[in-house]
Amino acid sequence: MDLDFGRVIPYLPLLKNGITMTLKFTFWSTILGFAWGVVLSLIKVSPFKPLAWFGKAYTSFFRGTPLLVQLMLIYFATPQLVGYNISAMEAGVLAFGLNSAAYISESIRGGILSVDKGQREAAMALGVPKLWIMKDIIFPQAIKNILPSLVNESIALLKDSSMVAIIGVGDTLRWAQQLQAKTFRAFEAFIIAAVVYYVLVMALTSIGNELERRARVSD
Amino acid sequence: MIKIQNLSKKFKDLVVLKDISLEIHKGEVVAIIGPSGSGKSTLLRCINLLETPSGGQIFIKGKSILDKDANPEKLRKNIGMVFQHFNLFPHMTVLRNMTYAPMVVNKLSKEEAEKKAVELLAKVGLSDKTYEYPSKLSGGQKQRVAIARALAMEPEILLFDEPTSALDPEMVKEVLEVIKSLAHTGITMALVTHEMGFAREVADKICFLDDGYLAEVATPEEFFSSPKSERAQQFLDKVL
Ligand SMILES: Nc1ncnc2c1ncn2[C@@H]1O[C@H](COP(=O)(O)OP(=O)(O)O)[C@@H](O)[C@H]1O
Ligand SMILES: [Mg+2]
Repeated sequence: MDLDFGRVIPYLPLLKNGITMTLKFTFWSTILGFAWGVVLSLIKVSPFKPLAWFGKAYTSFFRGTPLLVQLMLIYFATPQLVGYNISAMEAGVLAFGLNSAAYISESIRGGILSVDKGQREAAMALGVPKLWIMKDIIFPQAIKNILPSLVNESIALLKDSSMVAIIGVGDTLRWAQQLQAKTFRAFEAFIIAAVVYYVLVMALTSIGNELERRARVSD
Repeated sequence: MIKIQNLSKKFKDLVVLKDISLEIHKGEVVAIIGPSGSGKSTLLRCINLLETPSGGQIFIKGKSILDKDANPEKLRKNIGMVFQHFNLFPHMTVLRNMTYAPMVVNKLSKEEAEKKAVELLAKVGLSDKTYEYPSKLSGGQKQRVAIARALAMEPEILLFDEPTSALDPEMVKEVLEVIKSLAHTGITMALVTHEMGFAREVADKICFLDDGYLAEVATPEEFFSSPKSERAQQFLDKVL
């Protein structure tokens, strides 16, 4: 077996940039995915039919096409369509955020519907306005019910973020590709990338567990 | 205080309330009884517009609540409701359950709302549960908190929908005691219940609902000793 991790040591400082990029990327697409997912979920439970229909169609499109195609569509077609020279990072966050919003909105919608209808009635009977009922009574309970699936979504985003290496974002995987190109050490490069992703996923998992533990104080 | 005229309610094709007329005076305690499915809950829920009546009129303090410009949220501030399954907010402490609506709806400051909540909790005998979450309470305790939560809005009307039906038998009494302590203190009460002894003891008026009709309105003495309708007699034979 031919292994030589010594050859990759000079490139390790650069790995830090790759990891930072991966994290930044995951963070912003999670934020965008969650924020837009919340709006979409409300759209989906809206009594106003055209809105609800839009929500459904949106989800159907983003779930029915490959993420990689969405990414390329946004990255390569945006300059052509709107004349804006979108950066790889922006395109990535946008594609991943829009995509994960479709999934997140489905879980939140399920979470909202799973809240006992007595909760809404009790709040209504107290004279609480609709918007507040959603914000303070239904939503917190819905989020609590679906916290595990939100954490999973964020983990999926972290792993899928490696796709942006394809359009040239200097993330963890991109670092490994460049390392391989320069040193011809494929195994060393990619196993390091794999370990990095694994450690990050484990860290996210334990953050998720801690969040769930805190959400359970009222149980 | 509450005047119901020719009220009807349909769910799709199912007619649940039929031509109901009833007046409840200020400070009065009215018990609504009748077989399961006769429309008791629906009648109660029409009063605070949790259900929208299909026909007829409801006046509260002389004002129609079905007018176009009537505001359901404003109406409900003045009408407390206690549910069979308590419906406490599980993600809020007992204190927060009680201060939430007064702060959001009545714009009370946190201090004012908490002061009142603490008083009310003492009144229902649950001061030691102030900072607990509902999941830590027994059924009877939950229902007492739910009553206190309704009272925190200082409503003029209180609606109870089978407040003791979901309780273990040994907890029924503590809740009935609390309800009894509120009766005839000026607050107007409508109470759906299967506790006939309690209805007889506390109510000024018994309303017997049968298959969507208000079959009989009588004083407890009249109703329990010599009900006018045959259906009421049959019902009493079954439950007493
Ligand atoms: N939201 C609803 N949709 C359809 N039918 C309903 C609804 N609520 C109540 N009903 C029906 O109306 C009838 C009366 O119900 P309810 O008022 O709950 O009776 P009670 O409280 O006397 O047991 C029942 O037949 C019930 O199935
Ligand atoms: Mg009922």
